[in-house]
Formats: sequence, C-alpha cells, structure tokens
Amino acid sequence: MSELSADAVRKVARLARLALTDEQVTRYAGQMGGVLGYIERLKELDLEGVEPMTGPVDARNRMDEDVASGERGEVSTRLGPTDVTRMAPEGGDRLAPFISVPKVLGEESGS
Amino acid sequence: MSGAIADMTIGALRAEIAARRVSSEAAVRASLDRMSSMDGRVGAFLQVFEERALERARSVDRAIGGGERVGALAGAPIAIKDNICTSFGRTTCASRFLERYESPFSATVVRRLEDAGAIIVGKTNLDEFAMGSSCENSALGKTVNPWDPTRAPGGSSGGSAAAVAARMVGLALGSDTGGSIRQPAGLTGIVGLKPTYGRVSRYGLVAFASSLDQIGPMTRSVGDAALALEVMAGSDALDSTSADETRQGSLRFTQELERPVEGLRLGVPREAWSEQNHPAVNAALKGAIEVYKRLGATIVEIDLPNLKHGIAAYYIIAPAEASSNLARFDGVRYGRRAKLTDGEELFDLYARSRAEGFGPEVQRRIMLGTYVLSSGYYDAYYLTALKARRVIKGDFDAAFGAAGGAVHAVLMPATPGPAFKIGEKANDPLALYLEDVYTVTANLAGLPGITIPAGFADGAGTKGESLPVGVQLIGPAFDEARLLRIARMHEAATGWHEKAPGLAG
Repeated sequence: MSELSADAVRKVARLARLALTDEQVTRYAGQMGGVLGYIERLKELDLEGVEPMTGPVDARNRMDEDVASGERGEVSTRLGPTDVTRMAPEGGDRLAPFISVPKVLGEESGS
Repeated sequence: MSGAIADMTIGALRAEIAARRVSSEAAVRASLDRMSSMDGRVGAFLQVFEERALERARSVDRAIGGGERVGALAGAPIAIKDNICTSFGRTTCASRFLERYESPFSATVVRRLEDAGAIIVGKTNLDEFAMGSSCENSALGKTVNPWDPTRAPGGSSGGSAAAVAARMVGLALGSDTGGSIRQPAGLTGIVGLKPTYGRVSRYGLVAFASSLDQIGPMTRSVGDAALALEVMAGSDALDSTSADETRQGSLRFTQELERPVEGLRLGVPREAWSEQNHPAVNAALKGAIEVYKRLGATIVEIDLPNLKHGIAAYYIIAPAEASSNLARFDGVRYGRRAKLTDGEELFDLYARSRAEGFGPEVQRRIMLGTYVLSSGYYDAYYLTALKARRVIKGDFDAAFGAAGGAVHAVLMPATPGPAFKIGEKANDPLALYLEDVYTVTANLAGLPGITIPAGFADGAGTKGESLPVGVQLIGPAFDEARLLRIARMHEAATGWHEKAPGLAG
C-alpha cells in the first residue's frame, strides 16, 4: 500500500473529528500511505499463539477505599467548579459552574 | 563567576549552596543570565519564571541561613518540559490548542522536585504534544542545537536538551514515549534517562501514549540523573500505573553510584551495527566497548532479532493511544474553540476546533491511530502490533535472563546519526520516525534506558563544528541503580560529558 485513497482519509478524518481541507486530505493520503506501507513489515513475523501485550505492567485492579481523594493522607485531586470552568474556552468565572456549548438536543447532531 | 556557577553540575552546585559558599539566589541569577544571553539564539524556553524563581531561591537561602534542613536539590535551578503540568504559568504542550492553558494542579514530579528545594526557572519547548524527533513540530517556538544552530536539537524533549547542553540549567525534565529523552540527549551531548515504566509517576504529564510515556531527567552527568531520579521516583496513589513499593525497591540511586559493577557483562546486539548508521555512531559504540573492556567487563554478542520491527509496532500502538488520549481536546473542555457560523453544530465545533488547534503531525498521528483502531483494520494492525510488542520484549527477557549468559545491560547506539539539519526531514514523516529505531524498543518493553555522551562526529557540523554522539544502555525493569553505575563507569573513564558546545558563553 503506497497511498490511502482520499475517501478513506475523509472517512478517518470524520471519525477523528478533524475538519480537513482538500489539500490536507491529499497530503495526508500520501504520508499516511507511506507509514502504513512501512508498517506492513509486521506481517513477516510469526505471531501464532502470542498473547497481545497492552502494557509493560501486568494490569491488576487496585481497589481503593471509597472516600474522597485527600482523605487517605495523599494529595487531594479535588477541583472546584471554577477550576474546571476556567480551563474551558467558553467558561471562566462568568458562567461558573457552567460551560457554554452549542445546542445538542432536538436536532440531528451531525455524527 | 556567574558563568562558573551556571557550569556546575547540580550535585556540585547543591553542595556549594548547602555549605553557603554560593547562594541559591546567585545560582538562579546565573541561570537566568545564561538564559538571557543565549536563549535568543537557542530557543529552549517557552516561558521563564524570573520573579517566582528568585523569590523561592531567597526563601531557600533563608532556610539554609536559619539552619533548617533542606532538600536534596535545595536551591538548584531546573527546567520543566512544557507538557508537564505546573499550577503556575501555562502548560502549552507547544500546541496552539493549549497556548493559554493554565493547569489547576502540578504534576507529582513537579511537586516532588519543588519539595526537594529545586527552583523551576522555566518551561521548555517540545514537539507539539511530544510528537516528533526534532522540535520542529512545536507550534510555539523554534529550538536549535547549541552545537550547530543549523541543526535540530532532537525531540520531542528538544528544549530541555538544548537548555542543559547550553548550560542554562543543570537539570531539565523530559518525557519519553519512543525516545524523546534519549534521542535529543544523544544529539546534544548530554545524559538522558528514561526510567522503567511505572518508576516515576505520570500524574500531571499530559498523556500522549499512556502505556509508553515516562518522565525522566536530562542532565550533564550521570550523578545528576541519579540524584534527580532519587527525588522523582516512587509509588504514587495518583497514578494507578506507578509501581508499588515492593516493585520500586530501594530508591537510593546515588548511594553506590561510584562503585563499579564487578563481573560486568554487557550485551551488544548484532543488529546495532546497521548500514544506516553514521560512521561516528559505529565509532562511538566501538569506543564504548573498548572502555568497558578496559574496565574488565565481558562483552557478549547478542541477538535482538525483532529490533527491526520496533518502529512498525510503535507507529501503530503510539498513534492508537494518542487518538484516544487526544479526544479530550474537543473545543469544550480545554483550550481553544473554533468560531462557529450559522448552521454549524456540535460536530463542527469538535472538528473545526481540532483542525485549527492541532498541527499537522498531531493530526497525522490522530488519523493513523483512528485508522488502525477502526472497524475492519483492528486485527490487522493494532492486535498484530500488540503481539509484536510481546515478541520484542521477549528479546530483552532472553538477553537479561539467559541461563549462564545473562547480561546486566544492553549497549547500543542512541541514534543512527548525529544531529540532522533543521528542515532536512520535515516533509518526510517516515524518515523522521526512523530516528527512533534504537530507542522505541525500551518503551515497548517498559525498560529503563540511558543515553550517555560517547564521542563526536568531528567536523560534521555545517561550519565544521564537531557534533556529539551518544550511546545507550538498556537494563532490566527496575534495575536503574545498576544501570546508572554502569553508565557512571563509562563517564568516569572518558570525560566526554565535560565538553561544552561552542555556542555556550
């Protein structure tokens, strides 16, 4: 595979929520195709029976006491409403504890 | 005098400050002076905290004057890569998206370093969201290599590498997902340590690829890397992937640093002598082998047959995780939001904010990650890469665990060549990805790796400058204490780390 089709790139861009220009679609099609072509070499490997490895540590669930953070002697991670709204582009102190967003109900949301 | 202070390692400076021969304020001023005389040319910093740093330095001086016990890094100026959250200043990830983002909290590493008395003088440039190997993907600044300003400092922790190499600070934090500490360390002639996955808390590191990311120190000496790790390492309740105390073991990395490893056995992979290597890389590796032989080590030729599959597996796994992690940048919760026009709705808000906020490399990786995870391709790409990851880790397990032939560490190049020209690989993502061929496997396997200075490519710079070349040591998981001792043996025998770039001063 040397090039991804423009349609495939557009489909992925939609899934990834990226509004690309036609020029970007063309450029990424070539570049992503090059990388995907390189990645194909993994097919040389005999991976029959190999367990997939999702991370370097064997994941185990660690159960914590059901208490608010900061009450077990560790650093509190609690954020107040304005801590959160101040991070938002349309939030800040003015609207706290709310963040303004476009209308999401009552019409087709486009996805 | 100011220059002499800025040239000191953190360990030496820390001793001078504790003995009250140098004040922390003088040390911080020396660092700020170096930054103001040099950073216009180098571009290592995105933000400088002059007032805050001087104020904290004076408070350390008062504590020392009052006979109080102070921390292991008391009074020493340091820098933080700008994808690590600080509750002061901004945390931009060198992205337009977060250009004005202020974090409400500090990362665990920031808290631990400040608790140990370190003074944060600024935050350093990086490839946007740590995606890149040259710092050219920064949306907010250009960083050059202090050894040759026409060349890249490497990346993604290029600002931290340049700041340490140009002696603006003795310690800068980096993060390493596929080589982002060790590759720029190699290209700028400094020490860069990526700890074992889980050794250092990732709480407050803006996530790129969560199963690969690790924070680590970039310094001018192995001793400083050990000192910094001692402060940063340890279990953290705020990071569920940080290793528990049993796994962590002793955190006294400086304690036996000067004691050489007896009966040292180093494995050099046959695959390390690639035709793609610059001659100076092979020369540096040969030189390091000779140094260790002279010190009594046994060099064992080993096989890492799957090393060549590292980049392919990495460029499936890392983008896949990135596409998920970066979904949070939606134009609602953080950073910037696109201005909508009539008729546009929520989907457009997401898609346009992300198109405007992310640079091309971040977009490419999100797209790649979305593609390899998408229905119909998941097994062919993502699942295959996860299996390849197991096989790659198996190569290292075999080297470290071989009955009768086990090695204490693997010795190999850090990068295929010395620093490349800015712009040289900018239009060919794959060429830039191959920069990480020797570093990605340690991330995939979760192992600690350290780059140390190992020589120069004489006259290889654009105006005939000599360019530094590093070598890399990779050890078993949670074996940093011994890995650092092995690195220190080479450093003590060579003194490569004492060379400073011509641009300094």
